[in-house]
Amino acid sequence: VLFPSPFWSGHVAIHPGFDPYTFFLSDFPVDDLARVMFLATGLVGLCATMVARSTLSDSDIRFRFANVMLLSLAGLNGLVLVRDLMGLYVFLEIVSVSSFVLIALERGRAAFEGAFKYFVLSAVATSMILAGLGLLFIVAGNTSFDAVKAAMGATGANPLATAALVLFVAGLAVKAGLVPFHGWLPDAYSSAPPAVSVLLAGIITKATGVYTLIRLVNDVFPKAPHVHMILLVVGLASILVGALAALGQRDLKRMLAYSSISQVGYIVLGLAAGPGLGLAGAIFHLFNHAVFKSLLFVNSAAVEKQSGTRDMDALGGISSRMPVTGTTSVMALLSTAGIPPFSGFWSKLLIIIGVWKAGHPGFASAAVLASVVTLAYFLSMQRRVFFGKLAPSCEGLKEADGWNLAPALLLAAVTLGLGLCAPWLYQTFLAFLLPTGSFL
Amino acid sequence: VTLATLILLGLIVFTALWTVQTTLLRAAIGLAFVSVVLTLLMFEMGAPLAAVFELSVCAGLITVIFVSTISLTKRQKPVEAAASLRSHARRFRPAVIFAAAAALPLLLGKPLLDGISHPPPALETVREVLWGARRMDLLGQLVMIFVGVFGVVILFREEKKKEAGR
Repeated sequence: VLFPSPFWSGHVAIHPGFDPYTFFLSDFPVDDLARVMFLATGLVGLCATMVARSTLSDSDIRFRFANVMLLSLAGLNGLVLVRDLMGLYVFLEIVSVSSFVLIALERGRAAFEGAFKYFVLSAVATSMILAGLGLLFIVAGNTSFDAVKAAMGATGANPLATAALVLFVAGLAVKAGLVPFHGWLPDAYSSAPPAVSVLLAGIITKATGVYTLIRLVNDVFPKAPHVHMILLVVGLASILVGALAALGQRDLKRMLAYSSISQVGYIVLGLAAGPGLGLAGAIFHLFNHAVFKSLLFVNSAAVEKQSGTRDMDALGGISSRMPVTGTTSVMALLSTAGIPPFSGFWSKLLIIIGVWKAGHPGFASAAVLASVVTLAYFLSMQRRVFFGKLAPSCEGLKEADGWNLAPALLLAAVTLGLGLCAPWLYQTFLAFLLPTGSFL
Repeated sequence: VTLATLILLGLIVFTALWTVQTTLLRAAIGLAFVSVVLTLLMFEMGAPLAAVFELSVCAGLITVIFVSTISLTKRQKPVEAAASLRSHARRFRPAVIFAAAAALPLLLGKPLLDGISHPPPALETVREVLWGARRMDLLGQLVMIFVGVFGVVILFREEKKKEAGR
């Protein structure tokens, strides 16, 4: 799935005339965006599994986690493959229902509360998406992407089509945890088991909310100017609200959750800039975010397991006891803040240039300033948790086990490698999005 | 006023009635009843295939899952039930906004549909619809039901076992 058809035809010769690509994937048009999502899903799923091996001590719960995670991954892959709104809705629901179960996996009041909040807001999102779907079916007479796109072009500014569009986009904004629909996200992330947090922050909200938004805005509603303006405003609001809220957190996972809201805002801002640099940056930041946010949650799992707390004020100086976790955490925060040579730098740069070139210098400038706030809250986290004088309660602390360090090192290598190889990656995987004569 | 309009009005009234129920079991059975009325509406509007699925899946299978799940829960304590009852009406305030938003396209009515017309769908067999046009959805729905049942078993059955053990 990851490699395009010519690769298979050239390298795999099982039987003359047998093309594995056509045999397995003839029904599903797999494009470069889908490949990026498959890669992100596989990578985050692998890392979450390793974290679960380390942090879920009860083998029964581990068994259940593995089963529900596989169902969730099936939903995510189906979501990426379908080219029909009804199919999209069905796979969104598979991911949502498996997410409720995963969040509440260890039971307990906080877990059920987080799952219930996600459940309620997800039901609201589902109602909006389903209502939008119904209206689009009236307008287009079909739910395939191509039919809806053709109908949207033909009916122009039909209020029914506009209402459908608004409902659909608002539903996806809830799933993505964008401001003002972000209320469920910090509770869900912080109350879930560590491995589930990696999965939720790394891929689930990105695929259900952000990927679907990118797919629909580009493939189904490309000529809707109001949507782009709404996305610009929502994107910037998410960047600012997420970053400012992250500054005031004491709980490590809640801080990372608010940071997630802020970073998703950047992706939406890039999407709003339209095809070209902005969109290329948005897709690259989607992948980067899956990598560096998973890394941060893997590290928070290691810290929580070793120290028994997520309260940043109760920790301090643990980098001397957990050097690998501390170092990979610095790499992840620098990538999130958009500092070279890490991959986050390139994607943020593209987004900001794309937004500027699309005629929104104010939005681009605000996004740059928010990046400084990102650096501020992450440096504050790093100082409180990893640097400075060792807290007395952390005297006996040891480095995390191999099941936690392996995904951390893998993800750190990916974020550094992507940063160093970024121009080559653009030419290879995202060339279809870049305008001719682009500086890359 | 056609028969379909009358059934639709009845459907809305019944849905509202069952939604505000305080007992989960009654609400689940009420949902099955609403599904039966919706089945009648689908038959009346010339969609027998959709009606059969509504009856078998929503009124049948989904109700079985709901009732099974409810049987795995325990009753609220009298104090909790009294507190829950006090806040019951408040919980449905947002529903008024959703109902108004949903009714808006209906109130605006026919002008919105002007200029929108589609050719009647070609007659297709059940096999063609399920395995041809909606193959991916069907697979997704099977996974969906499996996730739901598996989730119920994981979250409720084990808890019940533990309590029985205690």
